[in-house]
Amino acid sequence: MNHFEVFELPRKLGIDTAELQRRFYALSRRWHPDFHQAAPPEAQARALEASARLNAAYRTLRDPIARVEYLVRLEEGRPTREGAAVGPTAPPELLEEMFEIQEALAEAKAGGLDADGHRRLAAERDRLVARHRDEEARLAGPLAAAWDAADAGERPRVLAACKQALATRAYLATVIDDLTEALGESQEGHVTHRRH
Amino acid sequence: MSRIVGIDLGTTNSLVAFVEGTAGLPRVIPDAEGRTLLPSIVAFTPDGVLVGDAARRQLVRRPESTVYSVKRLMGRGYEDIKDELCYFPYKVLPCEGIVKIDLGGRAVTPPEVSAIILKALRERAEAYLGEPVEKAVVTVPAYFNDSQRQATKDAGRIAGLDVVRIVNEPTAASLAYGLHRLEAGVIAVYDLGGGTFDVSLLRVKDGVFEVLATHGNTRLGGDDFDRAIVLWLLDDIRARHDAYLGRDAEAMQELRLAAEAAKIRLSSDERTTLTIPFDAFTYHREITRADVEGLVGRLVDATLGPCRLALADAGLAPADVDEVVLVGGSTRVPLVRRRVQELFGRTPHSQLNPDEVVAAGAAVQAHILEGGFTNMLLLDVTPLSLGIETLGGIVSVLVPRNTTIPTSARELFTTSVDGQAVVDMHVVQGERELAKDCRSLARFELGGIAPMPAGMPKIEVVFLIDANGILQVTAKELRTGKAAAIEVKPTYGLSEADVERMVEDSFAYAEADVEARLLIETRNEADTVITHVERALRQGGELVAADERAAIRRALEELTRVRGGADRDLIHERTVALNRATEHLAERMMDAALKGALGSKRAAEIMASRGDA
Repeated sequence: MNHFEVFELPRKLGIDTAELQRRFYALSRRWHPDFHQAAPPEAQARALEASARLNAAYRTLRDPIARVEYLVRLEEGRPTREGAAVGPTAPPELLEEMFEIQEALAEAKAGGLDADGHRRLAAERDRLVARHRDEEARLAGPLAAAWDAADAGERPRVLAACKQALATRAYLATVIDDLTEALGESQEGHVTHRRH
Repeated sequence: MSRIVGIDLGTTNSLVAFVEGTAGLPRVIPDAEGRTLLPSIVAFTPDGVLVGDAARRQLVRRPESTVYSVKRLMGRGYEDIKDELCYFPYKVLPCEGIVKIDLGGRAVTPPEVSAIILKALRERAEAYLGEPVEKAVVTVPAYFNDSQRQATKDAGRIAGLDVVRIVNEPTAASLAYGLHRLEAGVIAVYDLGGGTFDVSLLRVKDGVFEVLATHGNTRLGGDDFDRAIVLWLLDDIRARHDAYLGRDAEAMQELRLAAEAAKIRLSSDERTTLTIPFDAFTYHREITRADVEGLVGRLVDATLGPCRLALADAGLAPADVDEVVLVGGSTRVPLVRRRVQELFGRTPHSQLNPDEVVAAGAAVQAHILEGGFTNMLLLDVTPLSLGIETLGGIVSVLVPRNTTIPTSARELFTTSVDGQAVVDMHVVQGERELAKDCRSLARFELGGIAPMPAGMPKIEVVFLIDANGILQVTAKELRTGKAAAIEVKPTYGLSEADVERMVEDSFAYAEADVEARLLIETRNEADTVITHVERALRQGGELVAADERAAIRRALEELTRVRGGADRDLIHERTVALNRATEHLAERMMDAALKGALGSKRAAEIMASRGDA
């Protein structure tokens, strides 16, 4: 059973999250182990498994980006493996700029940053954060809508565009992390985006 | 379904509660004297084991065999805690991954000590309810890792309790508040107890309590406030009396108890007086709330980082939080309240007793499991990321922190050498990128793999975190469909055989019966009074007339003579008589100690302000 099926939803990216939450709560009431304490062991095991599947499905589908990543994996026939659907790739139009940033990063690591270099890197980082946000907005907005409207013939093209956007986003996240670290602003315990 | 009680197994105090069927309200169960808090202290005396208030009275007399704050040791390895050990008067030794407490001739593990506390609560509940109690919901700090949760479950088993659910303390508190006091919305629970700190953010809606994120520190609590005060007192005593008491275990316990009592008084008063009689001198000084705030400010600030991280993980700003709930005795400290209010920008709730609210919530969860409160549902999260070590010691995360539980993750493993029959994997918990910086949970050995060329076997391993936040691992070889044999070597924790043995031992060591225990308590009380009177006579005997001194000596002898006997009432009677005979002397000694320092303030008032420390 895939995540969409868990919620009896069509394989579409436009999801009403308030309705999703309502269904999640209702299904939790059906499957959560709390309500199966007195059941025989096999029934308890079934409830535990169903509950774990429900939680995974909700975690993925409530987040518009995780939703696209999951759809890509599902369409490519490898829905069980958690983690990134696509590896990070630098967007072609940013290649030259990225080269400069990497150089500045290497310099920063080698010799520390002066105030001017710090300012430049911080400005660069903020620009990339904005770009990252745009990429996410594109995924959650127009690309998701394009998928939902596409017929079978158009789907491979939309899926490829989604993959491209996800790869760009993953790449930007890595560079933003590196920049943040070089700027000495990374927070202990905050390694969340490294995982994706 | 049989009755399930809710237990708060705290660092400082433990409680047991249940939901009264007719009223549908949680009720904390008192002991025969009406006390609801059971101090989480266990004293191992030559006459037997004491727990609670009786054990508390042994702290100064038998510091090396009276175990307090054992929760800080649960599920930990020696390396984790060795920096803290200098604060404990009892001896902690490394022992095959876990630690043991050396009592001279006998060593006990932290789960065995916790089991003694759980058993006392169980007996209290059985006496009150008039029926056997075999099942419990036990709370743990939300930020407890897998080993610490497992250790708590083991403690339950040793105490003869089936721990049907481990619940996170802040979440339990939210259930207690949720019965009547919360509107739908986002709530933050700030829980600062004796030894641990948690913050949890929840969305409450239609009876569902969905935890959005949790964060914390399992080594930060009121104990640390006390330590900061004790260190300051040590310096002050060195400066004023030219004495260093840091290596005197009994004096350190006196100081710790006095610091704790002063801290508690300063939650309501602006200033208080400490008077501690030592053998060579009596220490006396005034301490203000501002003094203590200066000492603990850094510790209070250390709770704010986890609050911000939890907000970030939940994707919320402080302003999104609709209500804030305070839990844990340490939230009585005014500075804590101020900081929490500043962070969230609203006045926190504290209508329910912060010492009792977690136990009440555990009882609510117990009632849900019994089939009551059918409208309520708690959806909790796992506090720490779960991962496996991969090439180069890098952690590959399988379950990110703050994932709703139960949850599962699958991973495929294969072999790297032809004919390889065994595959190893190392499971860790934590947020760091390198396995060595995370918490090692267990090493698994997948065995019985049929001989195949390298890379051919496909072993699917399922990591399932259950509703208790405890990991279960199963494995299957996909080509043959056979379940793979898994051997688990937990990095920290008791083996199944260990727990079995301890369950048996706990019966062997079981305290005889209630009467025998009361006799031990009475004797110990007599011993305490005898020690105090002997010291008083030595230090200040000349302050009273000779015939009065003689009367005291007579009362002392009379008590000493009956102390070893079995007549509990007689021992008690003589103890009271000796106390009465010494009252006047004690007062004279106080007056003498304070002369000059306080002017006209009466000694009796000073004594009263010392509380029962």
